[in-house]
Amino acid sequence: MFYRLSGVHYDSFASDSRIFKVPADRNLAVFFLLFGLAAPFIIPSLYLNSYMLPWLLWTAAALGLNLVTGWAGQLHLGYAAVMAVGAYSAVHAVRFGVPWEFALLIGGLASSVIGSLFAFAALRVKGLYLALTTLAMQFVMDWVLNHSPTISGGSHASLQSPTFALLGQEITSDVGYYYVGFGWCVLVTILMLNLKRTGLGRALVAVREKDFAAAILGVNSFYYKILAFATSSFIAGVSGALLVATFFFLAAPEQFSVGVSIQVLAMVIVGGLSSIIGSYFGVALILLAPGLVNGLVVAASGGLGMQVTDETLAHIPNAIYGALIVIILLIEPLGLGKLYGNVRDYLMVWPFDQLRK
Amino acid sequence: MDWIFLTELAINGALTGLLYSLVAIGLVLIYKASSVPNLAQGGLTMLGAYVVLALSRDAGMPLWLAIPLAAVIMFGMGFGIERVALRRLAGRPVVMILMMTLGIDIFLIGTTLAIWGGTSSSMNLGISYEPLLMGDIFISRIHLVGAGVALSLFAAFMLFFRTRTGIKLRAIADDYMASWSVGISVERGVGLSWALASLVAVGAGVIWGEIQGVDQSLSILLLKGLTVAVLGGLDSILGAVIAGVIIGIIENVGAEFLDQFVGGGSRELIVAAVLILTVMIRPHGLFGRHDIERV
Repeated sequence: MFYRLSGVHYDSFASDSRIFKVPADRNLAVFFLLFGLAAPFIIPSLYLNSYMLPWLLWTAAALGLNLVTGWAGQLHLGYAAVMAVGAYSAVHAVRFGVPWEFALLIGGLASSVIGSLFAFAALRVKGLYLALTTLAMQFVMDWVLNHSPTISGGSHASLQSPTFALLGQEITSDVGYYYVGFGWCVLVTILMLNLKRTGLGRALVAVREKDFAAAILGVNSFYYKILAFATSSFIAGVSGALLVATFFFLAAPEQFSVGVSIQVLAMVIVGGLSSIIGSYFGVALILLAPGLVNGLVVAASGGLGMQVTDETLAHIPNAIYGALIVIILLIEPLGLGKLYGNVRDYLMVWPFDQLRK
Repeated sequence: MDWIFLTELAINGALTGLLYSLVAIGLVLIYKASSVPNLAQGGLTMLGAYVVLALSRDAGMPLWLAIPLAAVIMFGMGFGIERVALRRLAGRPVVMILMMTLGIDIFLIGTTLAIWGGTSSSMNLGISYEPLLMGDIFISRIHLVGAGVALSLFAAFMLFFRTRTGIKLRAIADDYMASWSVGISVERGVGLSWALASLVAVGAGVIWGEIQGVDQSLSILLLKGLTVAVLGGLDSILGAVIAGVIIGIIENVGAEFLDQFVGGGSRELIVAAVLILTVMIRPHGLFGRHDIERV
C-alpha cells in the first residue's frame, strides 16, 4: 500500500542496482532532503542550532563508525580518538594559515593515517580483543591530548577554533552552520547508500561474515579492513573538525574522551548495525532523548511537588542514556533500523498480507 | 635510584596490583562461565561501595553488619542483571553483548550518582593511615589489608571451585553444551557467576572506597581490572592474581621512571600499553586457554 511494489520490475542491470528500489523509499528520501533544505525557514533558530546541527554532524560520524563496525564487522572503541585527530589537525592547520577547505581535508587525511594504525590491531585479533585494543588506544590518545600542550593548547586548556569559512566566505550565522552540517551529512549518507551496491561494500560484507571464506573467494581481507578503517577514519576526522568548527567552537580533550567513543558506538548499535536510516534514529535517541526525558522529570517533579536536588537532575540523563541502550537491546538487538524495517515490511504488503497466510 | 626505594615501590606496587586483581576476578568469573566480557564491573564496584556506605552511614549500621548485608544485596543484584539483561542476548554477536554491559555500566553509574550524589565520601573502615614500617620500607596499611582480602578471596574461590556447585561452574566454563546435556542448569550457573562477581565488587568497592574515597572514580578501575584480566588470561583466576601483581609492579616502578620524562601521569599510559602489547603478542594471556581466534 504505502511502499507499493507493484510496477517495480527490472529489465536492465542499471534498474536492478538503483539505490531506492521502492518508489516510496525514494519519495521519503526526497521529502527529507527538501525538509532538510527548508529546515532553517521552518524550525526556530534555537532548535536548529542546538538539536538539528549536532544531530546531523553526529549522524555523519556515526555513519563512519557504521562503515567499520556495521559493514566491515570490526569492533571499534576508539572512534572519538580518531575524531580528535581530525579536529585538532584541522584547527591547527587553520591557525597556521591554511584555508578551511584544505584544513578539513588535512584533518580527514591525518585521521585516516592514525585510524589505519587501529586497523593493524584488526589484522591481528578480532571481536572482543579488537574492542579492548582500540579501547586501550583511545586511552593512549586521551593521554597524549592531555599531556602535550602543543596539541591541546596547554594542560586543561582548550584550543579556540578560528572563524569557519568556505570558499572565502566567512560563515558565522546559525543557518550557515546548519547548511554546512547538513551538506556533510548528506554527502556521507550518499556515500553509504552507494556502498551497498559497489564491489567495496560487498567485499566488506564478505569480510564481516567470515574473513577466511572471503579470502577463499579472492577478497583480500587485510586490504579491505585497512580500507574500511581508513575511510571511516576520514569521515570521523572531517566530522570531528566540523563539530569543533560549527558547534563547539573550541577543541578540548573531554570532547573526544573514551565516553564519547562509547556514545558513538551506542548510537550505531542502538540504531542498528549497517542500517543507514537506523543511524539517524540512533543518534536522535542517544543524543536527544536523555535531555528530553530530563525535562519531563523536572516537569513531573514540579507537578507532583517532589523535591529533586540539582545533583540528582544532573545525573538522570546519564542513567536514562544507559537505560535506553539496555532497553533497545532487549527489545530488538538489531536496533531501531530493524524496528523501522519491520514496519516497512508490514506496510509493503498491507492490506494484502492476509492473503499469504 | 637506591635499592630500598625500588623495593618499596615494588612492594607497594604489588599490593596495589592485588587490589586491581579484586576488580579483575569479577571480570574473570563471568567470562569463565559465559564468555561475556563484563564491562559493567566498574559500575558494579562503584555500586557496591555506595550500598555499603548507604547502609553504614545513612542507615547507621555498624560496618561488620553493613558489609555482609551489602554483599547479600549485591549478590541478588548480580542474579537480577543476568536474568533481566544478559540471558536474552545469549548467542548474539559479541558487539551487542559488549554494548549491553557498557549500557548497564552507564546505567548503574548514572543511577547511583542520581540517588546518592557525586560528592566524594569516605568509607571510614577505621584503618590508620600511618604507614607500616618494615626495616626501611614504608608500606600502606590499607593496601596490605586489601591485598589480604584479594588473596583470601582467591583462596575462597579455589576452595569453592572444588565444591559441587563450583564443579558445575567449571563444567559450564569448559563446555556449556556438554553441561546442558548432562543436566546442569547453565542459566543458573551463569547467573551465579554474575552474583559472585557482584559479591567481589563489594569487596573491591569497600577497599578502593577507603583508598580513594567513594565517588565516580571507582568506576574507572575498569580499565585496570580489564588489563589485569587480559594479561592473566580472561578465564583464569590465578592469572588475574599473578597479573595483578605484575601490572602493579610495572606500573609503580615504571611510572616513577617515566614521570621524569613526560611530566607525570604516565600510569594510564603504562596500563594501556600493557593491554595493547598483551593482545598483540599473547591474546590468551599468561594462563588463559589457548583457543582465542586469531585473524
